[in-house]
Amino acid sequence: MNPVGFPILTAVTFLPLVGAIALLFIPRVQEEFLKRAALAISLVEFAVSLPLFIFFDEGVAGMQFVERVPWIPEWGVHYVVGIDGISLFLILLTTFLTVLCILSSWRAVERMVKEYMIAFLILETGMIGVLGALDLVLFYVFWEITLIPMYLIIGIWGGPRRIYAAVKFFLYTMAGSVLMLVAILALYFLNGKATGEYTFDLLKLYQASLPIKTQYLMFAAFAVAFAIKVPMFPFHTWLPDAHVEAPTAGSVILAGILLKLGTYGFIRFAVPLFPVAAFKAIPIISVLALIGIIYGALVSMMQADLKKLVAFSSVSHLGFVMLGMFAFNAQGVQGSVYQMLNHGVSTGALFLIVGMIYERRHTRMIADFGGLAKVMPVFATFFMVVTLSSIALPGTNGFVGEFLILLGTFKANPVYGVFGATGVILAAVYMLWMFQRVMFGAVTHKENRQLKDLNLREIVTLIPIVVMIVWMGVYPKFFFKKMELSVQHFLYDIKARYEVVVPPPPGAEPPLDRKDEGADQKLVNTKE
Amino acid sequence: MIELVWLIPLFPAIGFLFNGLIARWVNLDKRIVSWVACSALGLSFLFSILIFFSLVQLAPEARAAVPDKVLFDWIVSGDLKTVIGYKVDPLSIIMALVVSGVSFFIHIYSVGYMHDDPGYTRYFSFLNLFVFMMLTLVLANNFLLMFVGWEGVGLCSYLLIGFWFERDAPANAGKKAFVVNRIGDFGFLLAIFLIFAQLGTLEFNGVFAGAHSLDAVTVTIITLLLFVGATGKSAQIPLYVWLPDAMEGPTPVSSLIHAATMVTSGVYMIARCHVLYSMAPVSMAVVAIVGAATAIYAASMGLLQFDIKRVLAYSTISQLGYMFLAVGVGAFSAGIFHLMTHAFFKGLLFLGAGSVMHAMSGELDMRKMGGIWKRAPITFWTFFVATLAIAGIPGFSGFFSKDEILWQAFDSAHGHVLLWLVGAAAAGMTAFYMFRLLFVTFFGRCRASEEVKKHIHESPPIMTIPLIILATLSLIGGYVGIPHVLGGRNFFHEFLAPVLGGHPQEAGHTAFSLVRPAFASGGATVGSGVNMELLLMGVSVAIAVMGISIALYLYIWKTELPKRLGERFKTLYTVVFNKYYVDEIYEACFVNSTKRLGTFLWQRFDDGVIDRGVNLVARLMLWLGGVLRRIQTGRVQGYATGIILGAVIIILFLIR
Amino acid sequence: MLSSVPPIYFLIVSAVIFAIGAVGVLIRRNAIIVFMCIEMMFSAVNLTLITTSHHLNSLDGVLMVFFVMTVAAAEAAVGLAIFVLLFRGRGTIKVDEINLLKW
Repeated sequence: MNPVGFPILTAVTFLPLVGAIALLFIPRVQEEFLKRAALAISLVEFAVSLPLFIFFDEGVAGMQFVERVPWIPEWGVHYVVGIDGISLFLILLTTFLTVLCILSSWRAVERMVKEYMIAFLILETGMIGVLGALDLVLFYVFWEITLIPMYLIIGIWGGPRRIYAAVKFFLYTMAGSVLMLVAILALYFLNGKATGEYTFDLLKLYQASLPIKTQYLMFAAFAVAFAIKVPMFPFHTWLPDAHVEAPTAGSVILAGILLKLGTYGFIRFAVPLFPVAAFKAIPIISVLALIGIIYGALVSMMQADLKKLVAFSSVSHLGFVMLGMFAFNAQGVQGSVYQMLNHGVSTGALFLIVGMIYERRHTRMIADFGGLAKVMPVFATFFMVVTLSSIALPGTNGFVGEFLILLGTFKANPVYGVFGATGVILAAVYMLWMFQRVMFGAVTHKENRQLKDLNLREIVTLIPIVVMIVWMGVYPKFFFKKMELSVQHFLYDIKARYEVVVPPPPGAEPPLDRKDEGADQKLVNTKE
Repeated sequence: MIELVWLIPLFPAIGFLFNGLIARWVNLDKRIVSWVACSALGLSFLFSILIFFSLVQLAPEARAAVPDKVLFDWIVSGDLKTVIGYKVDPLSIIMALVVSGVSFFIHIYSVGYMHDDPGYTRYFSFLNLFVFMMLTLVLANNFLLMFVGWEGVGLCSYLLIGFWFERDAPANAGKKAFVVNRIGDFGFLLAIFLIFAQLGTLEFNGVFAGAHSLDAVTVTIITLLLFVGATGKSAQIPLYVWLPDAMEGPTPVSSLIHAATMVTSGVYMIARCHVLYSMAPVSMAVVAIVGAATAIYAASMGLLQFDIKRVLAYSTISQLGYMFLAVGVGAFSAGIFHLMTHAFFKGLLFLGAGSVMHAMSGELDMRKMGGIWKRAPITFWTFFVATLAIAGIPGFSGFFSKDEILWQAFDSAHGHVLLWLVGAAAAGMTAFYMFRLLFVTFFGRCRASEEVKKHIHESPPIMTIPLIILATLSLIGGYVGIPHVLGGRNFFHEFLAPVLGGHPQEAGHTAFSLVRPAFASGGATVGSGVNMELLLMGVSVAIAVMGISIALYLYIWKTELPKRLGERFKTLYTVVFNKYYVDEIYEACFVNSTKRLGTFLWQRFDDGVIDRGVNLVARLMLWLGGVLRRIQTGRVQGYATGIILGAVIIILFLIR
Repeated sequence: MLSSVPPIYFLIVSAVIFAIGAVGVLIRRNAIIVFMCIEMMFSAVNLTLITTSHHLNSLDGVLMVFFVMTVAAAEAAVGLAIFVLLFRGRGTIKVDEINLLKW
């Protein structure tokens, strides 16, 4: 269904690329103009993505704004894109954060501004492409497209160990994706042999029935690729290096969106393609997620580098996301999706804030700070709000997500729920301790006495985030309305296909806590 | 009128938004800030009173059945539906009255106290935010919204304890408060999850109606988890350690948050959940025992402290122990009664301490005070009234509430004579250390420096008027709950009865039934029961008088005696004076081990094992490449040999 | 007359010449000798082709011989030109001394 009339999803996907090409024609020396042009392009992109939200029909569970064009018909590859309630918000988050990233790079990037902006815009295209793709080859292409600009951003404009970090990021992530490619091809061939139709179309492949053992292997392959991206313990070690060495905006977009591509991959690909394997994998994924939460928090606590602390806190937060997702009930999955958005906003903001302080002092070591709240009160206020969001204070967005996740997890498995809830304590500890060492106390270093508070550009960058933090925390219904049906459909679908293979024991509860019996009537056929 | 309940928290919220977002950044005049902040509270208080009267107009049974006022849906997901909704019933309106009323007076006091502070606007914005959160907590109609208020007051406590953040001590204290609270909140959250998993709803009406379907073990777990939350917020053993440190904050903050309101949240919560607690006698026993233990334990620490605010802090912890003792033995309305009277006299005591500090140029150590009762009369007389109240002298509010608790501890089916004994002993200690505080601070020779002596003065009216108001309440506030045995009528208990149930004796089996000594009766009947109550009342008054006398003896008459006693019992003295070294133990056991674990996981495991593994793979690849490249010898004949061999092998394969 | 000699002998001779040429290619150091051995291998192949084509009474093999001879000639021309240049550049055409393209 495409109420807008013209292929808006393709427009949203490729507009940044077109913008990047347009930037090619601007002479390299006109840096101000380049920055303004890039900002304008990203703002236009954000504006163009809003109709996706406005015209999104919350009564439909399947894919919307679907566009379908044959690409390589001989191989069953089509250009199929579409979004549902989950990808809708991730796309909006992408366009939202890209604006803020470009805004924050104004003074931070001094050399090769043109290439930087072009890389960013190409990255944006890649990310949105991943989120919209409904064909496995298309998805894979966009997935790999996101790697290269990120590699360049870290490797060229990054810190002292940028080459190591960039190569590590690239190879580690690629290793996972290559494994996934094998699984994609295997799926293609097996499905083709079974049904006679050789296709990479995702929605068709959902219906594929495969031998169980093969499902396990293929799920494992997809899961490894996505687990590296999320990042889940123990595949997380590329993240601290990548974050520390990346420029501020690179970190923001990395934490804000790129990590979510991993979790999105689980919820869109790994789990629905192989539901039986997914259910079997609940213990291992949940345990790894719990380890991620607690381990990430403990390690984060003792970091001396502010950015590394936030990097490990990302590991901890995304542990929550995975924990909720694999609870496979309405609250857990809804909380998981919501927390993906929350983390993008809050941790993105944290990196922006760290970037602001780095721009002033060119150090990220906590020991170099102290007592900054007196010198920079505006900054302190924004920092405090974002910190509170990060530790899931009720009233902020983080609480809604974490509460739903923990509730769902507890319902599914109380032991996991109890362990997950300890993350609540640990998060407060590491964040508040960090905040105190950086902002409170006496001003211990004389260099800190002269620091200037936030300028207008920085305030303008942070205000939208604070607005989102409060809005998403106080009135989440506004966002839930559009997500609900997609989440329900996801659960219904995987549980139904799981129970075909593993029938529930007699007398067990019905598989779904649906609000009304007529929910499946609302599941509109997804094909155009 | 009752539907306007949502205005009660709204006014301070608006005050916070105005002062916090606008006034602070444009450096608005202090008078506007104080008018906004105080009138927000004034309006809250006014509406609380109006709604109280509307509620009173209903028949008693109807008062507990007023429909909740729902503003909008908050978190709706799957079968979870939570709303922003408020509940008006006797319990919540009493809490709202106490919170808004005492806050109002303390706001007015703060206008004078914080007058010279550069963070004036920030202070008032946070104070308003706090009251908003506290009112949300007490007026919420479901567990989740209550939790919002719960954590919200924790946040404001953090912000206000650490108000003077340029110094390390307040910043540390604030962080400690938040973290310790969070540990309690962990328990609360688990209780919420369990409630929802079992009952499918988080609204009070729904939960309490459906509670009878829960089995005993589940209810016990839920109530114990809720109690963990309460120990954090209300500073009971083992999570009380943040409250003494919280004295780093401005004194009105200590008065409002750490005496009158926030710390009482746990008591309110247990009273609100009395349906659940009545079903779990084991939990009630735990609550009562912890309450009693905390009461006497904290009182013991208050005996020896020199910092006047610290004494009051330990006193607060101790009095909170009483409240928990009350709810633990099933005397829910007694607990709330003491909550109210405590808000009056403890709030007053802290404000009085602030007034003393104001007079003594910021001094807190009572050893450097003395002899100021003539020069700061209003401060002295109000402080004296509050001290009499807390000591439980008949006629004052504290007497009525504390006595009811002690009687119920003895008499209730959930009670036990040992609990009474501990409570009575703690009462004696309370009387002692409070009068010690009074005597050393206000009487005797003035031990301050000459500079300070010159400036001793009474506080301005804006500070003394709230003192007088609270003193009046400390005096007459108890008369709403005169026990039957003295010929009065316990209006308070009656008012709360529709919500909290009748006599605690109505509970079923209890935890102590087997261990109850023979002479304690199981019901408040005439005859031996009535005499018992009067007898115990007399005993507790006697204990109080004894405590006062000992204080008189040691601190007015033979003032060199305390020091000599301290030297006689040096080890005991040192241990108690250092608060039993609990802070140090916690630091060593929990804080340091967590830090070490974190460092270990980071350096030895993450860097050492995992990252080493990753880099090992990389080095493996490099090594493999190094080996394989030797195939490229550059010698053509070598390659040719390979080609021929390969061709031969393939041909052989094909032939076979 | 030719039919009196069984074709197998021709094939054996051809195989032997091929083997000698192959071994020569692998063992001799002088590049020109290597080339001569390659020519030997070509000849052996030609012999095989003619024998087989006569045995099967078809013209395909004989036709291919022409191709092979043309290719051999072209290859010799180009190869010798390369050797001349190599000699100019490196001063030697010993095969094992021309090994710059190694690790």
